[in-house]
Amino acid sequence: MQIALEARNLVKRYPGVVAVNDVSFSVTEGICFGLLGPNGAGKTTTVEIIEGVTPATSGEVYYFGELAGRRFREEAGIQFQNTALQDYLTVRETLEMFQNLYDRHADLDRIIEDCSLGDLLDRDNRKLSGGQRQRLFLAVALVNEPRLVFLDEPTTGLDPQARRNFWTLVQRIQANGTTIILTTHYMDEAHVLCDEIAIMDAGRIIAGGPPDELLRNRYDGLVIELPLEDIAGDLDGIEHVIYENQGIVEIMSTDVSSSLDALASRVRNLNRIKIRQPNLEDLFLDLTGHSLRS
Amino acid sequence: MRVLAPMLKRIYAVFVARNREFVRDRGTLAWNILMPVILVFGLAFIFGGEGRNQYTVGVLQSAAEIDAGEHPFLQSRFIEFVPVSDEADGFRKVERHRLDLLVRFGDERRYWVNPESPRGYFAERLLLQSDAEAGGQMQKAQISGDPIRYVDWVLPGILGMNMMFSCLFGVGYVVVRYRKNGFLKRLRATPLRPHEFIVAQVASRLMLVLIVTAFVYLATHLILDTRMDGSYLTLLLVTIVGCISMVSLGLLIAARVTSEELAGGLLNMISWPMMILSGVWFSLEGAGPAVQGLAKVFPLTHILDSARAVMLDGATLVDIAPSMIMLTLLSLAFLALGAFYFRWGPD
Repeated sequence: MQIALEARNLVKRYPGVVAVNDVSFSVTEGICFGLLGPNGAGKTTTVEIIEGVTPATSGEVYYFGELAGRRFREEAGIQFQNTALQDYLTVRETLEMFQNLYDRHADLDRIIEDCSLGDLLDRDNRKLSGGQRQRLFLAVALVNEPRLVFLDEPTTGLDPQARRNFWTLVQRIQANGTTIILTTHYMDEAHVLCDEIAIMDAGRIIAGGPPDELLRNRYDGLVIELPLEDIAGDLDGIEHVIYENQGIVEIMSTDVSSSLDALASRVRNLNRIKIRQPNLEDLFLDLTGHSLRS
Repeated sequence: MRVLAPMLKRIYAVFVARNREFVRDRGTLAWNILMPVILVFGLAFIFGGEGRNQYTVGVLQSAAEIDAGEHPFLQSRFIEFVPVSDEADGFRKVERHRLDLLVRFGDERRYWVNPESPRGYFAERLLLQSDAEAGGQMQKAQISGDPIRYVDWVLPGILGMNMMFSCLFGVGYVVVRYRKNGFLKRLRATPLRPHEFIVAQVASRLMLVLIVTAFVYLATHLILDTRMDGSYLTLLLVTIVGCISMVSLGLLIAARVTSEELAGGLLNMISWPMMILSGVWFSLEGAGPAVQGLAKVFPLTHILDSARAVMLDGATLVDIAPSMIMLTLLSLAFLALGAFYFRWGPD
């Protein structure tokens, strides 16, 4: 597989702030690549530089080995986080208008079916719900049969059911061989959809690789979670107390049995203890020292 | 052809989408058609409603300065007295509503008035009243030629004004809204190029303005039998060239503004002086040279001068060439500056 996209040393400075600070990464063709981080980490600015809608202070973007330009615009599909459509146009007219801006054409009927827009074709753009708009934005991003699709926070504001439906849709697109670049602050979304991730914080990439590999390399064990109020004494001598957040203490343990033994004498109520696999949220907390949603 | 065909397809796609948006926005569409109709008919049937509390009177004399001591009428307040040296020129201006009255003092006192001019009628009353105090020697004379009704004179003004608002706000304001809500950013991420987007906007507005103007013109022409001495083709050309200049000005104003409030303010700042100084409602014959000079910079002045010349005097393309050239130069300057300053997004 060849490299579909490569970002080299991207920098974006605004007066008094460096939004993107020397960001480099590459994306292999056909994978789903996730750019993760909290709000304000620089994810959207990074992808907008790559998409060509925000000029970089410095750095280059390569698309299949050449500087991203006209071919990239023709072959990329982009779903923006915040955008608008023309008022008074129907869903079908919007799709046709955008399709006519490209030389490459996807089969519109298939996109309409994939994005479940069949019942909405004659509806005015202004009268779509949040989930319906997101599906239309995705459909607009697919009208040119893109080789590379950008999805910027695609499920923000959707209910859990709509989010899961959206994930299925994204997996279907990826199954066709389309490369996907996803930005999100939902770790579960990234874990489900992404083959590779890069974690951003304060304008920099602080870790990158396949999610499971990142977790395996970092953690050798399980996470024990228990409410802070259930702890009677102190936790001195307990290995790897990794975080205490919103009344929950998380302990990374390589030997759960001995950890539970050690906790038994200091915890009032063992009924509320949870034991689980470490996840990307733990990794982020561990790497940055602050919560993703803070 | 390999480059041109996809480019035309992209322009056509944006053009059609913008037309649909405009036509389906019923309120704006109705306003674009109804406002000029109401104005024209209102002015035609109700003789009031003129925009200025001041009359312009030509004084036929060879001297450059007017001697107010010559007649009590010359001391009247709220009347602008303009010296006129050429009699034929004075008659023409009375016919064309550029002067409300033409008066000659001296040994053979005489005045000329356009019987179709409501303003002329009032100016005449004032003159006769003053003249009675001075001995009452004024003789009324008919102007030779074909006097023009006020509605014939004001129709191009109203159509031009409507075109100006439609082009400036319909393009300028809409582009700012597209930029603010991110639609321009969305388009930027496609193969569409800035000049293609601009051409589509100009073409869409041009077509809509031509249809609306033709409709309003035809309705008033059929019902009020308005005057048309020139060629319809020349008038169409004036409309097209004028519309392009206005759309270009709208695009320049909207080139990088991101706030609708600011855009509204800038568009008003441009359109109101044009409406007042370009001769929509009344002639600027009596205005000072500074005001007349300023008016020459406004595209609307050239549009109205040309349209009136074609409709009322039967002017040919050669006659109006200076104004057409000026409009073309203004359009090129606006477009060049607009393209230079244009930004897709707020960045």
